[in-house]
Order: sequence, then structure tokens, then C-alpha cells
Amino acid sequence: MNLDQSRAPLYEAMREHRLNRVVPFDVPGHKGGRGNAVLTEFLGKDCLKNDVNSMKPLDNLCHPVSVIKEAQELAADAFGADNSFFIVNGATGAVQAMIMSTCKAGDKIILPRNVHRSAINALVVCGAIPVYVNPGVNKELGIPLGMTVEAVEQAILENPDAKAVLVNNPTYYGICSDLKKIVETAHKHGLLALCDEAHGTHFYFGENLPPSGMSCGADMAAVSVHKTGGSLTQSAILLTAKTVNANYVRQVINLTQTTSASYLLMVSLDLARQNLALNGKQFYAKTVEFTDYARREINATGGYYAFGEELCNGADFYAFDRTKLSVHTRAMGLAGIEVYDLLRDEYGIQIEFGDIGNILAIITGADRALEIERLMSALSEIKRLYGKSPVGLYDHEYINPIVEMPPQQAFYSEQKSTPLDQAAGKICAEFVMCYPPGIPILAPGERITEDILDYIRFAKEKGCNLTGCRDMNVEYLEVVD
Amino acid sequence: MELWFTENHTQSVKFSIKIKRHLASVQSEFQKIDILESEELGRILVLDGFLMLTEKDEYIYHEMITHVPMSVNPNIKKILVIGAGDGGTIRELCRFKSVEHIDMVEIDRQVVELCREYLPQTACSLDDPRVHIYFEDGLKFVRRAENEYDLIIVDSTDPFGPGEGLFTKEFYGNCYKALTEDGILVNQHESTFYDEYAEAMKRAHSRIKSFFPIALVYQAHIPTYPSGHWLFGFASKKYHPVLDQNADWWVEQGLKTHYYNRFVHSGCFALPQNVRDVLRETKKESV
Repeated sequence: MNLDQSRAPLYEAMREHRLNRVVPFDVPGHKGGRGNAVLTEFLGKDCLKNDVNSMKPLDNLCHPVSVIKEAQELAADAFGADNSFFIVNGATGAVQAMIMSTCKAGDKIILPRNVHRSAINALVVCGAIPVYVNPGVNKELGIPLGMTVEAVEQAILENPDAKAVLVNNPTYYGICSDLKKIVETAHKHGLLALCDEAHGTHFYFGENLPPSGMSCGADMAAVSVHKTGGSLTQSAILLTAKTVNANYVRQVINLTQTTSASYLLMVSLDLARQNLALNGKQFYAKTVEFTDYARREINATGGYYAFGEELCNGADFYAFDRTKLSVHTRAMGLAGIEVYDLLRDEYGIQIEFGDIGNILAIITGADRALEIERLMSALSEIKRLYGKSPVGLYDHEYINPIVEMPPQQAFYSEQKSTPLDQAAGKICAEFVMCYPPGIPILAPGERITEDILDYIRFAKEKGCNLTGCRDMNVEYLEVVD
Repeated sequence: MELWFTENHTQSVKFSIKIKRHLASVQSEFQKIDILESEELGRILVLDGFLMLTEKDEYIYHEMITHVPMSVNPNIKKILVIGAGDGGTIRELCRFKSVEHIDMVEIDRQVVELCREYLPQTACSLDDPRVHIYFEDGLKFVRRAENEYDLIIVDSTDPFGPGEGLFTKEFYGNCYKALTEDGILVNQHESTFYDEYAEAMKRAHSRIKSFFPIALVYQAHIPTYPSGHWLFGFASKKYHPVLDQNADWWVEQGLKTHYYNRFVHSGCFALPQNVRDVLRETKKESV
């Protein structure tokens, strides 16, 4: 880091603006909260007073020339990128900007199938064609892993016209591919390397963690700072290297991003970046201390398996993000989603998600030891009171997709609503996924199989939150007619 | 100059004690610990601004949280005490010759150290050879025990702050697991007079009820606690606190007490109507 990271230009400008007591004859119409007493009481006066619109001293996110520009320069410096862009539509916005500034309609992009829906959404919007690399699968845990370097290279050789490779760094479960080698391979063949780092903010600031996208030479990275970096929900940063034209990227972002970016979100990015640059190392050291402890405790409890670095195999499970507390529950006879529900309904503990075989708890340096103990004790109680034999639980999670047509073509095709049990063999025109984690079970353009339908039925029965379909109850699927 | 310690019993009710000297003030890893010397109530232990005990009336709390379960099962040999950094509960338990082993788990080492120095009245038995002190989280300690203790006493602070884990369902479930088949759980159970405490009390009671076939509440008058009326929980796998009272055995022990006696024992389970009404509102939580 070369710049003075203790500065926070947007924060400083907003403070000064408040002290100046400027008379507001601009939006927002609540006028510092006076127009909505209940909202002001609920969120707090300061929050409403800081909810301002872009103006000369506060710059403009669409065309930053002063304090937002400086804040973005500081962020680029802190993350080791050449440029950074504040995003107020989550990492979703950043992932889409990344893909849309790399691929035009008909261009190919190489990506693992266990991407977040936001990546495939971008393909629906821009018309790029996915070339899926099947991620490795850990059969025991039932989760998709990372991509091997060999699989990526083979995909490139088979599709020499592809424009970019997208890599999850890490996956939701904390699994990393050999990013450095994948980036080198992509560059060797003239492709750009993009990183979905929605779950990887900490890689830029913590020690003894897997490497970050920019440090591996990636061309762009979408970083969801709000997830583990301490900014407000929905705020994210898109990082770019000088290998891409930053001005073009800004134009692409402006195709879909609001022209009224929230200053609450933007200032939270400015202050999160400052805090991470100054205190990130200790914050994530504390995080890892908590998660390492939790893994030891959970594994000592038995029945559960809190997996970690011992699964690293130099290939599709190249590295593990120790800040993630991913726990396999199936050996205890409970689906992850059942443990998730028990924790919330019986013990008042909210975790990030439960899927068929696993749960994921997000732990950061902002947690307290006493709450970690509550989670450990509740898991031990769930085992004592609800644990049973795993017989009858669905035993595999990741199903390799059969892609029949590009997502955009399928999404905009003539369609027919078809009952679930008659859908086998048809081409799906929409998404089906459990959310979270938001990895599509079916994406537009994919062949529906009995295996997939079994999986959907099981997920429904266990109470997973199935989303993406036009039919909110997931009894019908839209298929290509 | 006049120096007063004031505790907020609610947002709009205060309780004040005239102070002679401020003996100690320490910010530990977990809480702010203050020890005061008052004009009238002797020395006072305060955690995060909440009064924990005064030398003048601590005997009521400490006798009631120990003698009631001890009189129900004379075969109590192995005891787990959670919290209790001031040592008062340990002092009372150590008076029983029948007790063989006491594990005391207090999260905050500094509370014990300060009480040893300034509150010998309660901390006097912490060096008894039967007492084993562990400085760790009570929730964590009890999680590892199974079928081990005849009695668990939860001598905790209020359910906001470091003690909040000791009012949770996972904690009571772990206690159930840690107790022997005739085990007894006694806990500090808040009070019902002020709404804030009443809610905590209701939640705790319904959680305990969901694990233990016998779960009752008993009362004591503690002048320096909010409302002066305080409750304890008695939960057991086997024994009824009144029907199974061993009054003769307790009398044989020849222990001099100042609040507890064989008549208070059965009387303290006779609750005022308003407390009964609040308890009736609690439902068994599903297990």
C-alpha cells in the first residue's frame, strides 16, 4: 500500500457537508428525516441526515472526479489493484459488470458450473455463451469443489475463441482452486482471468489465507466487501488491473447501476476499506482463531464434520479458507437445512445457510467468544436430541449439467409451463436453486433429468428455500417449447 | 462530600446506597468490576453497574441457593457451581460434610481475585480442598460433562452480559445431560415484579420445564435486589423439593443459618398469586 490509508475522503467530505448545514432543496424528500418520524426513530437521526444525494462537494459515482474518485483510488491501493469501482448493487452488480465488460453476445466464457446465479444472469443479459468446467466433487460431503488447472486448460484448448475464465475465489464453502496457475494458463492463451470474490474480501487483508485474485495477477475481481469486510449490506467493490480499460468498465457499470447511488453504502465502503487497511490483519487473525477453535470443538463433539485444510489435495481442493465454518451434518442423519432450522427455531441462532448435507456459519472478528460457545453447545444438543442414522438421506449433491442452448436463447424462447413430474427430458428456460447458496440446480438452457428432479423434490421436502422459478411453489417448470 | 452508588432497577426506578469508600474498580476482559464499602450494608460487589451482593444481606441468597437442594437429597456428593465468583455459594456448600467434590466454573478470573482480596466474608472457602476452580465459559464446561453431577447450581449474573449463555436452551439441555439420574438443577431465576426481569424469568422457566420432569420456582426476600423479591429455579429428574424434603437430616447437620430453616424450605415454594400467574403463562418449549 502506497497511499495514506488512514484517510477516508468520502467520509471526511460527508462530515464536512453536515457541519456546513446546507439548506436541502434537493432529493431525498425526507429532508434529513423530518419527513418520516417513524423511520427516523427506527434508523436513527444520523443515518437519515447522512442519506444524501450526489452534489458538488460529494462527487458522483457515475462520473467520479473528486472525493469518490479519491476513495476508489485508496481502495485500489488497499486491495492491490490498479483501479476500483464502488458498487451499490452487491457483488451481483460487480460480477455482471465484470462479465459484461469482457464478453459480448456470442462470446464464450469459461466458468465452473457452481457459480453464483449472478454470473449466469449476466449471460442471460449479455448473450455470452458459457463453457462449463465441471468442478470436482467431494462425494462424501456432497459439495462441488474448485476447478483443476488441467480442466481449465482443456476447456481453453477446446474453445480457443473464448474470451475469459471466471474463477470462484473461494466458493461459498471456502474451497479455492489453484488460482495463480489458472490465471497464468488463461493469460498464456490470451484469455482474461476474472475472480468472483464475493466470499473473499479477507484474502486481501488477512495473513495465512489463500491468495487474493489481484495478487495472483487476475484482470478483474468482484469483491463483496459487505459479506466479511464490514461495509453495509449491498455494497461491493469491483477491482481491475491495467490490462482492462477502466473507462470502458465504468461505462458498462453505468449501463445498469443506479444514478442515485446511496451515500450510506458508499461511505460504508470508504470506512470499511480504511478499517481493513489499518486493522484487517488483527481482525482476520481473530476470525481464524474463532473458526479453528470451532472446528476443533465440533469435531470433538462427533457426528458432525467441520472440514478444513486436511482435505486439500493439490487439485480441485487446492486451498481452504479457514475463516469459513463449513460443517457436514449428514453422518448424523440430519440434512444441513434441518440443522439450520433447529438452530434458528429452537435455539435462536441464525446461520448463513444449510443445504442438503452441510451448514455454513459466518464467523468474523466481530463475534464474541460467548456466542461461539452458544453455537457449539446448540450443535451438541442437536446431536444429542435429534441425531439419527443417515439412512435415507440423499447422498449426492452436485449434478453435472447438460447444456443444450445458451442461457439467453433459452430464457427468451417460447415456453411452456410443465408439471415437475413431466419435465424430464425437456430444456429448462429458467433458474432453479436453493437460496442461499444460490448455485443453480438448473440454469436456462439445461436439460432436465430425473436425477435433477429427484434432487429438487428432496430439497423441497427438507424445507430448502427454492427460488428462481416463475412458479413460486416450484410445482411447474418453464421449459423451452 | 457525599458519595452514592445508584443502580437503575428500571429506566425510571433507582436504588441508591451511600458509599464510604470505593475499594476497587477494574475493567476485566468481560465486565467492569467494582467493590464499594457502604455506610450501612457493608461491602458491595457491583458488575457492569449491577449490584451482585452486599455483605449485609448476601446470606439470604447464598443460603437459599444451596440449602434447599442439599436438604432434598442428602446423597449429593459431586456438585458443579457455575458463576459464583464471589464464593458465597461455595462457602455454604462447604459447610456440608457430606459433599465430596465441587467444581466451580467462573468465566472471570478477576472477579475471584478481587473477592478474595476484598470480600473474605464470601470468598472464605475457595481454598477448601474439595473445591476445584476453573476459569472458563460455563456453557463450554458443562457441554463436556455427562451423567456426572448430583447437583448443578447456576449462580449467574442477569441474562444480559457475560451470563447470557447461562439462560439459553442449549445450556439447560447440557445441564440435563451432565446430571446423574437423580440430579438437581438450581438456578438464579430473576424476578417477576419488573417487566424486563419477568420476561427473562419466563423464558428461563419454560426452557427448564422442557427438559426436566420436575421444575418449580421458589422465592426469597433479598432487600437489595430489584423489587426485593427474588426467585430461584428448582429442577430435578426425580426429587420433588417439598415432598422429598429431608428436614431431619438437615437438622442433624447442625448448621447455623440466618434465613433458611426447615419451615422456610416448604414455605418458599408457596408463591404469591402474581408469580403463579406469570408462571402459568409459560409454555413448555418443544424438545
